[in-house]
Amino acid sequence: MTPEQLEQIASEETVARARNPLRLSVCMAAGCISSNGEAVKKSLESAVKGAGLNGTCPVTGVGCMGLCSRGPLVSAEPSGVLYQNVTPDDAGEIVGSLSGAPVERLQCSRELPFFKRQVGVVLENSGRINPERIEDYVAAKGYEGLVRALTEMTPAEVVDQISRSGLRGRGGAGYPTGLKWSTVAKAQAATKYVVCNADEGDPGAFMDRSVLESDPQRVLEGMIIAGYAVGASRGYIYVRAEYPLAIARLNTAIRQAKHVGLLGTQIGNTEFAFDIELRLGAGAFVCGEETALIASIEGGRGTPRPRPPYPAQAGLYGAPTLINNVETFANIPPIIRKGGDWYAAMGTPRSKGTKVFALTGKINCTGLIEVPMGMTLREIIFEVGGGVPEGRKFKAVQTGGPSGGCIPEQFLDMPVDYDSLAQAGSIMGSGGMIVMDDSSCMVDVAKYFMEFCMSESCGKCIPCRAGTAQMYDLLAKISEGQASLDDLAMLEDLCDMVKNTSLCGLGQSAPNPVVSTLRYFRHEYLAHIQDKNCSAGVCACGARQEVGA
Amino acid sequence: MRRHGFSRNALIETLHIVQQSFGFLDRPSLEYVAQSLRVPLSKAFGVATFYHFFSLKPPGDHTCVICLGTACYIKGAPQLLAEVEQSLGIQQGETTPDGRVSVLTARCVGSCSLAPVALFDGEVAPRLNALEMRGRLQRWIPS
Repeated sequence: MTPEQLEQIASEETVARARNPLRLSVCMAAGCISSNGEAVKKSLESAVKGAGLNGTCPVTGVGCMGLCSRGPLVSAEPSGVLYQNVTPDDAGEIVGSLSGAPVERLQCSRELPFFKRQVGVVLENSGRINPERIEDYVAAKGYEGLVRALTEMTPAEVVDQISRSGLRGRGGAGYPTGLKWSTVAKAQAATKYVVCNADEGDPGAFMDRSVLESDPQRVLEGMIIAGYAVGASRGYIYVRAEYPLAIARLNTAIRQAKHVGLLGTQIGNTEFAFDIELRLGAGAFVCGEETALIASIEGGRGTPRPRPPYPAQAGLYGAPTLINNVETFANIPPIIRKGGDWYAAMGTPRSKGTKVFALTGKINCTGLIEVPMGMTLREIIFEVGGGVPEGRKFKAVQTGGPSGGCIPEQFLDMPVDYDSLAQAGSIMGSGGMIVMDDSSCMVDVAKYFMEFCMSESCGKCIPCRAGTAQMYDLLAKISEGQASLDDLAMLEDLCDMVKNTSLCGLGQSAPNPVVSTLRYFRHEYLAHIQDKNCSAGVCACGARQEVGA
Repeated sequence: MRRHGFSRNALIETLHIVQQSFGFLDRPSLEYVAQSLRVPLSKAFGVATFYHFFSLKPPGDHTCVICLGTACYIKGAPQLLAEVEQSLGIQQGETTPDGRVSVLTARCVGSCSLAPVALFDGEVAPRLNALEMRGRLQRWIPS
């Protein structure tokens, strides 16, 4: 594959698009498929045929359009009208309106703050291109960054651009990506690896899933650029077996990239060679931890090991290994294409760029959003997300999954970046945001996450294996109204011990949900213990007391 | 196994394929895989039990997987689970005595914006309530 051939694919695709201005795009991401999107697509196809537009109005499946709660979504070109909650019966009406006035009954305004306030970097192509065609990606400036890196830049210059962009790891911890790349680039070894962590285990988070399903080529391009920058010739994508659609689309993407010569040997007509292989996870949350992930790729049980040595020095099969998250890799192509300074101009001083969030829970517009770092929680939840439904009262927002915490109302005006979230006792995490209203009990939420950590603990180190089980028992006792204040004191002691003595991130962060709810909702714990009262009516502490009386 | 060159590192991949073909991992297949990849049986067994995705018990004719991810949890998944357990008379992780329906739970299936969800034979059913749940289960149970 030479740069000229790439340009040719792009221009052919543009010409083909110009010839057929009419186009219907149906969201074919997991959310809309679950809402019967496939039947909508089939019925649109036959309606197009019936209207005699066969061949002039393609019906394409595209990736996630974001507003999953109103799926299936259909977008009509050239008018750009977006339709929501489409059923197969609506197909005729939509096709009939292609050259006239839009179907008002189904229209979803693109002027909603949900769309207006977003900035697309990672999701720039999501919902616009067909994820199963590499030509679509190339026509949307795909692989331009890779060609530029290979033909105009040295590996050191690539690393330099990433450092200048200020990009931090999007998996949760926020380690500076440029620093990680330069560590692996400097390591002396004959073999190095690039690993993409797509083991999105946080319950309530589906950012990586959507990126892989909507724009898989972007992740491949990011990995190939990384391989060039650090001197690796082999990459692995470790993806959850629970995401069959993402796996299928990745396999298609890898096959197409190999076919056109963007994977394999002599990429871009240079000496550079790179190959990517998929590895399937098998349902273990701990495998998101990098040393456990490596153990799992090697075919063993996913148990972490002490660091150092860090994977950047000795990782997969003992070789220096670069591990980044899906969203981190997805940020790389635009950074190389537009320059590190362009990226660094977005966001806050210490958290650059944009972040993808999965907005879920008790919120009107559930779905996937991408906003600049530094937007406040209030803007995200009440403007972009449309607020809490049914007139209920906002109580807290949970970020960072089982390693994060619950942020209460008084922090709503806090800008969202790595450091402010950490100050508020939570973490950025991979990007799940679960909104809770006054019908959720904070003790119950803490118990839920502790049950999760208890069953996901790999069992290697004792503080985590035994500590999470003890903490769960105490939380269960509190929620049943059977606990005393001594139990609460013991719970706090245990939080401290597990946090400071566990081997890996899972154990070290397992107490976070408890610590953060104790910090902001201590009165709820006390109400359960002293008054046997659960104000949200979730826990059975009151009922239990009646039985006993 | 041949596709992965009988590599020991492909143990998890191989187990995935076995489970896909037979629905679960029984002892003879674990022994066969261990022997072919030249790994100790204890390691194969260890890996098979470590990961939630692998099952050592045969599944029922139909499976109902209830998502217990955070978004589903706060939107009422526990009530769905209680409904299923009550109407089938079995606990999560079990199969009805006639081998018709298995009930499983998942950590998060990534369809959080449609919460609460359950998978009926792999198909996602969005925004469920207890009534709908009962209706769907009745379709599997012969009258």
